[in-house]
Amino acid sequence: MKFSLNIWRQKGPDEKGSFMTYEARDVSAGMSFLEMLDGVNQGLIAKGEEPVAFEQDCREGICGSCSLVINGIPHGPDRGITTCQLYMRRFPDGAAITIEPWRARAFPIIKDLVVDRRALDRVMQAGGYISVNTGGAVDGNVLLISKDQAETAMDAASCIGCGACVAACKNASAMLFVAAKVSHLALLPQGKPERTRRVKAMLGVMDREGFGSCGNQNECEAVCPKGISVRFIAALNREYLRAGVVELGLPAEPESPHAESA
Amino acid sequence: MMKLDPRIPAGPLETKWDRHRFSEKLVSPNNKRKITVIVVGTGLAGASAASTLGQLGYQVECFCFQDSPRRAHSIAAQGGINAAKNYQDDGDSVGRLFYDTIKGGDFRSREANVYRLAQVSAQIIDQCVALGIPFAREYGGQLANRSFGGVQVSRTFYCRGQTGQQLLLGAYSALCWQIERGQVTMRPRTEMLDLVVIDGQARGIVVRDLVTGRVSVHTAHAVVLATGGYSNVYYLSTNATGSNVTATYRAWKQGAAFANPCFTQIHPTAIPPGDAHQAKLTLMSESLRNDGRLWVPKAAADYRSPGDIPAAERDYFLERRYPRFGNLAPRDLASRAVKAVCDEGRGIGPGGHGVYLDFADVIDQQGLDVVRERYGNLFDMYQRITGEDAYHAPMRIYPAPHYTMGGLWVDYNLMSTVPGLFVIGEANFADHGANRLGASSLMQGLADGYLILPYTIGHYLATAKLISVGEDHKESRAALQRVTNRVGRLLNAKGHRTAASFHREVGKLLWNHCGMSRNEEGLKSALTSIPSLREEFWRDVMVPGSGEIFNQELEYAGRVADYLEFAELLCHDALHREESCGAHFREEFQTDEGEPQRDDSRFSYVAAWEYREGASPTLHKEPLAFEFVAPTRRSYQ
Ligand SMILES: Cc1cc2nc3c(=O)[nH]c(=O)nc-3n(C[C@H](O)[C@H](O)[C@H](O)COP(=O)(O)OP(=O)(O)OC[C@H]3O[C@@H](n4cnc5c(N)ncnc54)[C@H](O)[C@@H]3O)c2cc1C
Ligand code: SF4
Ligand code: FES
Repeated sequence: MKFSLNIWRQKGPDEKGSFMTYEARDVSAGMSFLEMLDGVNQGLIAKGEEPVAFEQDCREGICGSCSLVINGIPHGPDRGITTCQLYMRRFPDGAAITIEPWRARAFPIIKDLVVDRRALDRVMQAGGYISVNTGGAVDGNVLLISKDQAETAMDAASCIGCGACVAACKNASAMLFVAAKVSHLALLPQGKPERTRRVKAMLGVMDREGFGSCGNQNECEAVCPKGISVRFIAALNREYLRAGVVELGLPAEPESPHAESA
Repeated sequence: MMKLDPRIPAGPLETKWDRHRFSEKLVSPNNKRKITVIVVGTGLAGASAASTLGQLGYQVECFCFQDSPRRAHSIAAQGGINAAKNYQDDGDSVGRLFYDTIKGGDFRSREANVYRLAQVSAQIIDQCVALGIPFAREYGGQLANRSFGGVQVSRTFYCRGQTGQQLLLGAYSALCWQIERGQVTMRPRTEMLDLVVIDGQARGIVVRDLVTGRVSVHTAHAVVLATGGYSNVYYLSTNATGSNVTATYRAWKQGAAFANPCFTQIHPTAIPPGDAHQAKLTLMSESLRNDGRLWVPKAAADYRSPGDIPAAERDYFLERRYPRFGNLAPRDLASRAVKAVCDEGRGIGPGGHGVYLDFADVIDQQGLDVVRERYGNLFDMYQRITGEDAYHAPMRIYPAPHYTMGGLWVDYNLMSTVPGLFVIGEANFADHGANRLGASSLMQGLADGYLILPYTIGHYLATAKLISVGEDHKESRAALQRVTNRVGRLLNAKGHRTAASFHREVGKLLWNHCGMSRNEEGLKSALTSIPSLREEFWRDVMVPGSGEIFNQELEYAGRVADYLEFAELLCHDALHREESCGAHFREEFQTDEGEPQRDDSRFSYVAAWEYREGASPTLHKEPLAFEFVAPTRRSYQ
């Protein structure tokens, strides 16, 4: 197979970028999208030209490194997968393919298709944790957690922090990412004591980092490689309202024996 | 002259660790604030260590080459983590986990370390639950378990097929907390390229900022390496493409002994390699062997489709060879059994590099839904990569390099032969001997990082005499110069070949001569080919661009250059070990049935290699004394 690639090239953060066209030849249907790009890069390097910079590491859809907008869609045309899980059999022979980086105010471009996603780490640092010291934890079975609850927490915890949700959103909002973490921790008894502070802190930093607000378009869910549901955004909004109520000194809903007191 | 002192506490096995902890000196809280520790790596080992050290009050500087600590290779671990909780009441105990691990490692690990690992294992689970890790649960709300290869109890805790991800995100969240508190300074996209040793003590590292290309020295009171394994020396492996040997190899050149480099684990169940452009191999979790049955046709060159081959003409070779463990035979034995049937011409699929992993029986007995619930994500992954539907035809699988038991030598305190240089996680050699059991690397990484290193490093910091040093110390400057020279050499070669082409070549050489089975002739021929390949690399490699920019090819070429040296060390070790043990199978040393023949009289030791400039590495031996278990022939039949 062969393809005509239209790739965004940009030398550095402050340089002007543009699309360049490359031919990908001798591609087989069983090659992954990134292996196809490897092939193009090998050709460029052998000629002494700088290869196209892009991110990848695990190549199995779990590390969240890979981050390409393919024909306008973060992670490409298929739902529920990352860029590295896309195979060339998905494209008709001879097709033209456009490849761009994540574009969002909070994700400045470093080079070509590589962006700086540290803003997501800073959102996590604001409160995406349970502040428990190492050592001295009680036995893991002391607090029972129903299977359903654990499964729902796991659904939310599956987020790989890739940022596709941000790249897909017109407002470049990180709501789905934040919602996943806040919901994961709020669903578990261990996460409840800090839930009020957590949601406010994480949303505060999200705003400060230049992520936009949620416009309820659900583009994020459509591109999320882990199928994180927008229902978690609803849960996030509820958490946020709840935090407001608690901060007013009013009792939060008596929904579980572990709910904190104000 | 290098001296190997394992510093194993005397006395009964069960109380060694407690007594040791009690006798260790502590650093006072006031002094901790004045102490800086460098942690390189943010996988399970590095993230858990950095966060715990930060919590204890040390100033921590933490490094990783990915753009975020959360993306370390540990994220990809699928199957689970072991712990001797005995929640299933199936006869598990600290003693049994200890014994399984020692035996699984073919009696090539240290009793005291392994016992400690088993002892702290239960505490790891508690810690992880406290951090909010959503482990699988039973309907009653208790933690669920499953079984894994090489053992007869059910002691593996898991989060669907994403256990590594959840454990790492837990450790990462603990790290985030310490970053927020100002205890840890995180430096992502920063690669360690050398170690700074001053007055015989590890006092810093040289790093390259991968975004700006700036090379600089960071000094500290101690350095912790948690940089993972080196399976990628084989080019194709199940590891993330960025995993590499550079940090540990550079430390080796500065005086840290490298132990048992030839103990490399080849995992039996990966998706078979496809075409020449393939960049990595994808693991199919070992948990699949709980229900899947491995087989090949009885006759060679039987090209019928699997459904047309009647049961009587199939060879369920693991069940035949290891009736007691069947399809759950340990990894090393399973991989070699696969290789054996493929060598007989009975392999299936392209090039005969494959065997079937068949779920038809369990689907028959328990239904498609049960199998879908258990392994759905793995079957999906398989389909995406191969385009085949494993619910209706058996999977094809083939062994792949996966994990490295070898690593930098460490004593009981996890300190290398360079004082002040600690090594944790897959990067060290400890605990797994000549073969690692499934689900025990995550356990070891977190044991080292959360529960062991934070104690043992304290004793060193409380007792070592440490002068104040900085970037301008002459050793710092010398180390910086080494790195700058090397980067320059890579950029100036301006040859015709890509670094990947060399990587592929050295990988293939190792796979053929130092892979699943090894022999003297092959190893010797590899040892003559590697130096000339290395010379060609330095003459003919092409690295475009400059050093002062974000330059991924430069990063990669540096790693390949190290593989081209390290490959030689690996082969030296494999050549000298004239026995078969665990993952190290020397064809000359096997029984009539093809089972490995260990030689305790000559090789019951850890092989620790010392770097010598311009000469072959020097071998040092740490004898393994078995006081509490008697090494037996490791039989799973
Ligand atoms: C596909 C797969 C599945 C697995 N499944 C399981 C399982 O189910 N159970 C189990 O117990 N084990 C499993 N393993 C093994 C286990 O995942 C690893 O052994 C373990 O995660 C290693 O952890 P680590 O912390 O030692 O290193 P890693 O997670 O490899 O982390 C290395 C860190 O070091 C950093 N680093 C490396 N070099 C440098 C440098 N020069 N400069 C700066 N930073 C550097 C990296 O950035 C990274 O942060 C699996 C492995 C694979 C490949
Ligand atoms: S929510 Fe989905 S798209 Fe967004 S970062 Fe997480 S995994 Fe990626
Ligand atoms: S490379 Fe890790 S998710 Fe794609």
